Amino acid sequence: MQSPTPPRALTSRRRFLETGGVATLALASSPAIAEIAEQSSSSRSRNTESVRLTVNGRQHALDLDPRTTLLDALREHLALTGTKKGCDQGQCGACTVIVNGQRINSCLALAVMHAGDEITTIEGLVEDGDLHPMQAAFVRHDGLQCGYCTPGQICSAVALLAEHKAGWPSYVTADVATAPALTDAEIAERMSGNICRCSAYPNIVAAIRDVAEGGRS
Amino acid sequence: MKPFRYERASGVAAACAAAARPAAKFVAGGTNLVDLMKLQIETPAHLVDISALPLSDIEETAEGGLRIGALVTNSTAAADATVRRRYPLLSQAILAGASTQLRNKATTGGNLLQRTRCPYFYDTTKPCNKRVPGSGCAALGGINRMNAVLGVSDDCIAAHGSDMAVAMTALSARIETIAPDGATRTIPIDAFYRPPGNTPHIETVLAPGELIRSVLLPPPPPGRQVYRKVRDRASYAFALVSAAVIVASDNGLVNAARVAFGGISYKPWRSVEAEAALIGVTATRESFDAAGVSALRDARGYGYNDFKIPLARRTLRATLAVAAGVI
Repeated sequence: MQSPTPPRALTSRRRFLETGGVATLALASSPAIAEIAEQSSSSRSRNTESVRLTVNGRQHALDLDPRTTLLDALREHLALTGTKKGCDQGQCGACTVIVNGQRINSCLALAVMHAGDEITTIEGLVEDGDLHPMQAAFVRHDGLQCGYCTPGQICSAVALLAEHKAGWPSYVTADVATAPALTDAEIAERMSGNICRCSAYPNIVAAIRDVAEGGRS
Repeated sequence: MKPFRYERASGVAAACAAAARPAAKFVAGGTNLVDLMKLQIETPAHLVDISALPLSDIEETAEGGLRIGALVTNSTAAADATVRRRYPLLSQAILAGASTQLRNKATTGGNLLQRTRCPYFYDTTKPCNKRVPGSGCAALGGINRMNAVLGVSDDCIAAHGSDMAVAMTALSARIETIAPDGATRTIPIDAFYRPPGNTPHIETVLAPGELIRSVLLPPPPPGRQVYRKVRDRASYAFALVSAAVIVASDNGLVNAARVAFGGISYKPWRSVEAEAALIGVTATRESFDAAGVSALRDARGYGYNDFKIPLARRTLRATLAVAAGVI
């Protein structure tokens, strides 16, 4: 099958968001604003923890209320809004990020417990401005409708391939002592932690299968 | 979420001492606790982070068993080569629970200590003796289709949600703990959970500050191990009923059997009655059904969950049939 042209619209939208994010950070780091932010935060609560988070290869020093989830730290403190808040209770998978190579629900993780960990979000999957092969496959296979669950789906799918490569079994693996082939049933089971309310599942499975097979279908 | 003091435990002794204080809680994976804290069902004043303690090893024991550290994640345990080869039941059960994202964070100790998913425990507008002792039980006359049918009381009919612990119960696992005074003990998993009685808020025999260090699996018993989970959707849902069985037979006669159920009691429910009913019988669907009748003899439905009694019997029959190769 001939593949469609590269997703220029998506790329430029992402670039726009990135630019916006950088501008926000630059504002926040100007001395006057930083002072106001510090005053208001100390008047609210002195119970904060200094946390160093490594996100997409960059280190960030944050002062966080220990109640802050990793999801809120990413979105509200680091302006990395690619990671989505869906249910905020570990049931939908929209907040999936990759920590030390493993996918987790960032909504159920306290940011203070992830100091020193290597955190990868959807923003960190792009390499030299090119979409990650999994992102490109989702576009190619139309693995989304509204797109809200997509960053979580893609982070989950990237980690899924690494888990499968490491030989992990799943609940549908007939003999858990063996390393199973990545059938559609295996992909569906392994992606069950990511809910898609638009039900784009067939195309999500197709996108993952495509990348697993190492090329374009 | 209510404010709390966050502390990273520097060692096991320090962790136990810190968690022995009033309103202190251990946190490891946090997948259940953080959720409950957001809902203000759990409101610890001190959160003792034990995730960096050296309790993440899986090691073979001198007697031919396996010791799984309390901080081994569910994913790591399920993917462990020895677990998969010798305790496939445990691997299957863990993989039946939650999602990969949750299993990557959830730990062995935390899985054992997870709270019930009874909808009325979660609904803070309704009475719940487990959440607010003495307030009553909304599940008794409520939508109780997910609740327990064995071993519970009129004060609480909550079911335990773990799959992992059901396999561990069939495998006669023992739980190794350490107390703030340094004392260690080993608790058979079947004696680890306290019946609800009139104190359903006290769920295990653990003392304040007592820390689960590891779970000890004896050498696997003879026979084929099979875990089967029945639920409302094909994946990522709590069990209505599950069955963990290990069956060995010789010339069509059952000579060894282990049976445990999930989803039907306050704890993973080991059925010595079903095991006794299986020994020496011919491996047929009829004898397996009779074992299920023995297992559910004392079961009581509460309306919406009446269906769990025949469902548990049929699930056991079907699971035993697979394990014994009787189609």
